This record gives sequence, structure tokens and C-alpha cells, in this order.
Amino acid sequence: MKTICLYFEIHQIIHLKRYRCFDIGRDHYYFDDYENERSITDIAERSYIPALTTLIQMAEANKGAFKVALSLSGVGLEQLEMYAPSVIELLHQLNDTGCCEFLCEPYSHGLSSLANEECFREDVERMRLKVKQMFGKTPKVFRNSSLIYSNEIGAMVADMGFKGILTEGAKHVLGWKSPHYLYHCAGNPNLKVLLRDFKLSDDISLRFNNSEWNEYPLFADKYIGWIADMPEEEQVINIFMELSALGIAQPLSSNILEFLRALPACAKEKGITFSTPSEVISKLKSVDQVDVPYPMSWVDEERDISCWLGNVMQREAFDKLYSVAERVHLCTDRRIKQDWSYMQASNNFRFMTTKNTGIQLNRGIYDSPFDAFTNYMNILGDFISRVNSLYPVDMDNEELNSLLTTIKNQGEEIVVLNKELEKLQEKLEKLQPKEEKKPAKKAAPKKEPAKKPAAKKTTKKAE
Amino acid sequence: MKVLMFGWEFPPKILGGLAVASYGITKGLSVQGDVETTFCLPKPTGEEEKFLKIIGMNQVPVVWRDVNYDYLKSRLPDYTSPEEYYSFRDHIYADFSYMHVNDLGCMEFAGGYPKNLHEEINNYSIIAGVVARRQEFDIIHAHDWLTYPAGVHAKMVSGKPLCIHVHATDFDRSRGQVNPTVYSIEKNGMDHADCIMCVSELTRQTVINQYHQDPRKCVAMHNAVYPLSQELQDIPRVEHPQEKVVTFLGRITMQKGPEYFVEAAALVLKRTRNIRFVMAGSGDKLEEMIHLAAERGIADRFHFPGFQRGKQVYEAYKNSDVFVMPSVSEPFGIAPLEAMQCGTPSIISKQSGCGEILTNVIKVDYWDINAMADAIYSICTNPSLFKYLQEEGIKEVDGITWEKVGLKHRAIYEELIRNNG
Repeated sequence: MKTICLYFEIHQIIHLKRYRCFDIGRDHYYFDDYENERSITDIAERSYIPALTTLIQMAEANKGAFKVALSLSGVGLEQLEMYAPSVIELLHQLNDTGCCEFLCEPYSHGLSSLANEECFREDVERMRLKVKQMFGKTPKVFRNSSLIYSNEIGAMVADMGFKGILTEGAKHVLGWKSPHYLYHCAGNPNLKVLLRDFKLSDDISLRFNNSEWNEYPLFADKYIGWIADMPEEEQVINIFMELSALGIAQPLSSNILEFLRALPACAKEKGITFSTPSEVISKLKSVDQVDVPYPMSWVDEERDISCWLGNVMQREAFDKLYSVAERVHLCTDRRIKQDWSYMQASNNFRFMTTKNTGIQLNRGIYDSPFDAFTNYMNILGDFISRVNSLYPVDMDNEELNSLLTTIKNQGEEIVVLNKELEKLQEKLEKLQPKEEKKPAKKAAPKKEPAKKPAAKKTTKKAE
Repeated sequence: MKVLMFGWEFPPKILGGLAVASYGITKGLSVQGDVETTFCLPKPTGEEEKFLKIIGMNQVPVVWRDVNYDYLKSRLPDYTSPEEYYSFRDHIYADFSYMHVNDLGCMEFAGGYPKNLHEEINNYSIIAGVVARRQEFDIIHAHDWLTYPAGVHAKMVSGKPLCIHVHATDFDRSRGQVNPTVYSIEKNGMDHADCIMCVSELTRQTVINQYHQDPRKCVAMHNAVYPLSQELQDIPRVEHPQEKVVTFLGRITMQKGPEYFVEAAALVLKRTRNIRFVMAGSGDKLEEMIHLAAERGIADRFHFPGFQRGKQVYEAYKNSDVFVMPSVSEPFGIAPLEAMQCGTPSIISKQSGCGEILTNVIKVDYWDINAMADAIYSICTNPSLFKYLQEEGIKEVDGITWEKVGLKHRAIYEELIRNNG
């Protein structure tokens, strides 16, 4: 029996504003609030709200026969919370139907999985917690930014306790193998891998409204027919796309939502079910390992990472950004942490691509890859100098880490000591109610020398 | 196919971009093997390359004079034979004895752009009548407004299709304050032309909108560059690990937007002092620019080496980390292509025609000094951007050849001839 695993992603970046080289060191706010509000409300209205409403109706109408999976990036979620809370409400409604599984992805939608393991783990843990808080369940299945996957990433994700991961069913990786089975990560058999059927996914997300496409117009029965006609042994058909494909890439006027709505009924006729990724993982057995020595993704014809790290500019920006990863990881400054996750978003690197894919890339405010690079490097310049001013640059990260731990421990110690002091003082006051002033004075100078050495240390290091 | 071409400049005598473009086009046509080009020049030096036939307009008689063979032999330069002279003499079509002519019945040209330019243009078109009656050709091609009257005249005489080449319009030169005489000559030439080749889409739009031409007969025909000669290739590139050099190179006139370069430099220097700015060239705005640089307090970082010629130009390119062309209106602008050949990343204004065929350059609006300063700073501080623009720029500019332009010319010629017949 075949099953369809339907999954949508929600992600929108925080747009960077026009930031000139003269602003470096003067202006520490990097974001284009107007554009953020405009774009997220636009996308919410044209895509997220109608699409999610349809999904909820489908879940209610089919009474458990229809299942769907969703994931959100942290930055996208922040924007929705800020500008389009009605989308969050719909997400909760969908969650309440019990037909939806929420997956986990890196909070920043960044490329940290390719650069820095600690940073990647922090990014993922942050999102995992957020999903747990919002939807009440700890996600078991992971999807990396733009489905980037390699054996190494698989190992990290398995180590973090995830049961499964979604990625692209890229031809160059699979070869003769079919994406319609469950696989497992090479070296980590406990991590199951679900592979996207890019043909069937792109039929909806890329071609649905293309009147020059030879299958146009596509109807649900025809689409399900294709799936039904596949060999009997093929078990799972993974259809993954961005949620904005419904409404933005394919306009609502193309009746894409009606198409979607008709899918469960057509599937039922042919005996095809819907499953969430977790169900697929628990029900099916892995047929083989999938070996991915080099990272792949769901982007472009090449399905690799060349659209973010293809040219020298992108690599310089990437290397510069992650050169401060450890420092950011160590620090506790909330603004820096926040800017850090916004700046990591892979879209920022995509704007710098010089690849000619034939498909028009929306570069936002930038009119060329050079412009995007210049703007990003200006912001990064300011950001790095802010990170560097937190702690001395010439100090080793390890040394810094141990010092920070010492300071933290000392701080805790001081708190404990102070409490003790207060207790003793109270006791003293009770014992000697008449001579209360003298010992209090004595206690005060005692307090200070305990604090000072610690304070001195921090200031010294900061200089 | 035989092409009769009218032009005002031709190498080795180079006064502006026109000579280089004329050379490129004729060379691009000549490599096809079966295109015969006759190039009419007011005053040839005799040192022109021999891949095409040059006619010196100052050796074509307009008044019948009885001169004997031996005297002619001694008077004419070796690229014009006495037989040719006699044959031209047989095609004099009117009485021009009231004109000022020499002992051979020819009119003299000062060459270049003298004070009596309009008179010379008129003389040139009178002689063109003689040439057009004698020569055999299939198509007429006239470069820039100076030769439009000659082209129109030749078309009247022969009935062959006329193709005019707009290298610049008076709108570009004057920021809209056109000279009515020049405008009328340009307009008349365009009205009579069967095809108007414009060096960029930008110029094409000017021709359509300001000269009211039918868009169907206007085509964009972008220029190209010749590969650097070995001598120029051998000039070493100068690396500046400490102080970067940013260069402006061109006539310092209103059209080239030098003031925007100075203003952008002032902005960059507020951020960093490790960059030097060079404004090479001469022109009527030079003094004003020197004052402006002083006023902005950047004179210590801003240099004016004066007019550069020949090899010096390429030395200047190779000694730069960034080349900037902030032209207010540039029909094509070959300089960025040359800078890219030398491995120097370029920043050009969006109002430059060459931007239409270049992708590995940074394009900014000429008035947007913030963007210009930002781009300069970025190339100087981010080695990867410099490297990318340098490597990809060389690759890109190597693909822009006159041979390809020649093929495009040929296709248009053939269509014109077909439609004419």
C-alpha cells in the first residue's frame, strides 16, 4: 500500500536594510522593518492564510485520513508573531486537528551545518524548544535549511536524538535507486532518511500554473493516477515544498487549493493513504543506506550548495561570518545573538549568487550580486567589530571560555557568600540589638573586597 | 559585398573613440573575406593599415584640371594612382570652380575638428558625390553626424541603401542643450537612413525619442574591443597591499561626471585613509575639480596627473585597483572594457551604454555617490570581490570581439540589400 508524505515549509527572512560603509561603527541596526512587514503580510494574505485554512478544512473533512507535516524557521516564526499573528492562530488550529506533525529545523535557516557544529546544535536546540513550547510536542524529525544533507550532517542530527531527516531525492546521489522507499543514514542506521520526489513536488510547486507544460492543466485524479501507476512495491511518495508555493509561486487563481483539496478523495479511491514523517518512520523498514559524501540540497538543477557557496564572494562572506561563531556562542549578549541568527539566513548568501539558472531570482533591494555582497559585508564588518569588542581579540577562544567560566563561578560564589553574610548579619542583629551599627559597618567593607577582584578581571579583559 | 564607408577618423590618427570603433568595424568585416570596404577619409596620413581601400577625399577632384601623368605621380601619395585620379575626374558632376581648390582641382582638409568644421563637412559631402558616381558598391555606411550629409548624398546619387552609425548624439554631448545646426544634420541623416545603428540601447532610445525615428529601423549595435597587444600585455600589474588606487580616466567634462567621482572619494576617505584617488585626463572642468577636491579637504589623497596618451593609459589601468566611469550620459564608453582587459574591476554609471553588455562590473546611478563610494570601498576592502570581478571580467571582455560585431553588420547589410532590390 502506498502512502503520501506531504510536507510544507514556512520560512521568510528578516530583510537587511541598505547599509553603507559609512554606517559601520555608527549604526548597529541592520534590518529593513518596512520591507519585513510588507513582505510578510503580503505572503500571509496571499498564501499562508488561505493555504493553512484549506489544510485545516481538509484535516477536518477527512477525519484522520489526511495527514500533513509542517516546519517553521525561527526567523520566519518571529516575523509571523510580529506582523501576522493570525497565521500562528491557524497553525494552532491545524495542530489541534491532530493531523499535523511539526518538524524541527535550524532556527536561523542558516548554513551552520556546513560550518560549525556547536553553532548548528545551538541553532537546532533553540528551534526544538520553540516548537515544543508552541505546539506541545518535541519534534522527532528534522529538516535542514533547504534540505541540505550529507553523511556528516546526518551523524550530527542522529546524535541530537532525531529519528528521521528529510532531504532531496537527488538523481546524482540515488542513481538507479528510487526515492519511494525509506532509507537510513550511512553510518547511523537509527536515523531514517525520507527523500523528496522532486518530479512530483515540482509538478505542483513549479509547473502547476504553466500553460506551456504538456501536462497542463493538472487535476487531482491525474496526479493521484501517476502515483497509483507506480510499481506496487514502492511505498512512500514524499512531496515536499515551501508553503508559499501555494499562492505565491502558483497563484490562487490557478485553483491550486481546489487541486489540493481534491487530493485525499482521489487518493482514497485508489487506496493511497497520507502519513506524517514520524508515521512513515515507525511503519516502514529502511531498505538501504543512502551515502552522501558531499552536501546536497533541494535548490537548482545541481541540487548542491553552489547557490550559496558557489563563488569566491559567497565563500568569503561565509568564512568571515563563521569566523566569529565561537565568540558568539560564548557570549550572552541578547542583541548579538539575535542579529547573529538573522544574518545567518541562507537567503543572504543566495542574493550573491552569480549562477545563471535561467530562472529569475528575486534579489530584493539588490540589483546585482556585487551589490548584495557589498551590503552584507558592510553589515558583517560592523557586526564583527561588535563581537570583537565584547572580549579581547588576541585571546584564545579556549582561554576565554575558561575565564568566562571562572567569572561565572565566582559570580555565583559571591551571591552565595552574600546570602550567608546577610544571614549572619541578621543573626548578629538579633544577638546584639543595641550595638547594631558597628558590626554592620564592619560587614560592609568585607563585602566589597570579595567583589572587586572579579570585577577587575572582567574590566581588564574587556580592555 | 562592397561597402562604401564614410568616416572622419581612422587609426593611426586617433582623436577620440570614433577612430577605434571605425577600425574595429572595418576589421571585423574584413576577416569575413568577401566584404570589400572602401573607407573615405578627409585627410589620410598614408600610414593606415592596408586591409581596406582608403580614399583620401583631399585627392578627389571636383573641378576639371588638365594635369599630366608624371606631375600627378609626383603630387599624389602612393596609395592613390593617377589612373584613379583620372577616373574620378571623369565623374565630376557640377561646376565647383567657384570653390577654393588647389592645382589638382581638389579641396584641402585640415583634418580633425577645426574651427570651420561645418564648411569641411559640406566639402566632404560634395566630394562624396564624385566618389559615389565612380565607385561600385552595394551599401553605404556613414559614421557619426560629420559624414551623414555625405552618406545622404551618396544615397541620392546611387539609390543604394544607407546605413548610418550613431556613435554619439548631440544630446549626450550637451546634456540636452543641443546645437540646432548639429541637430538638423543629425536628424536629416537619420530621416534618410534605411537603417540606424546605435552603439547601445540607450542611444537607440535617444534616437527614437529625441529624433523621432521609427523604432523598426533603429538597431542597437554594441562596440567591442581588440585584444591587448603583446606590448601592452607585458606591462606588469602593480599590486598595492597598503594603499589602494582608484582611477578616473577620461575627458574631464560635464558629460563624464567628474564631480561625482570627487564627491564619492570624499565619502570614502571619511571612512578610511588607505585609498588614493587619481583623476587622469584633461578638459574644461579640470580646474573646477581641483578646487572641489581642495574644498572637500582630500587634496592630499587626490591626484591629477593630466592627459595620458598611448601606453600611459594602459599603465594607468594596470596601476589601479578600481576604475570608475561615472558618466552622466555615455553612448557606449569603451574605457571600462579596456580597464577590464587590464584586470581592473570597473564601476560604471547605469547611464553608460556599455553596461548593457557587461555583467561583471558594478553599476550605479551616476548621481548616487553613496552607492559609488560603497562600491569603491567594497572592492578595496574585500579581496574576494576584487578577485571575482578581475577574473570574470577578463573572461567576459575576451568574449566581446569585433569579429562578432562584423557578423552582425553583415546580416544587417544583407537584409538591407534584399529589401532594396
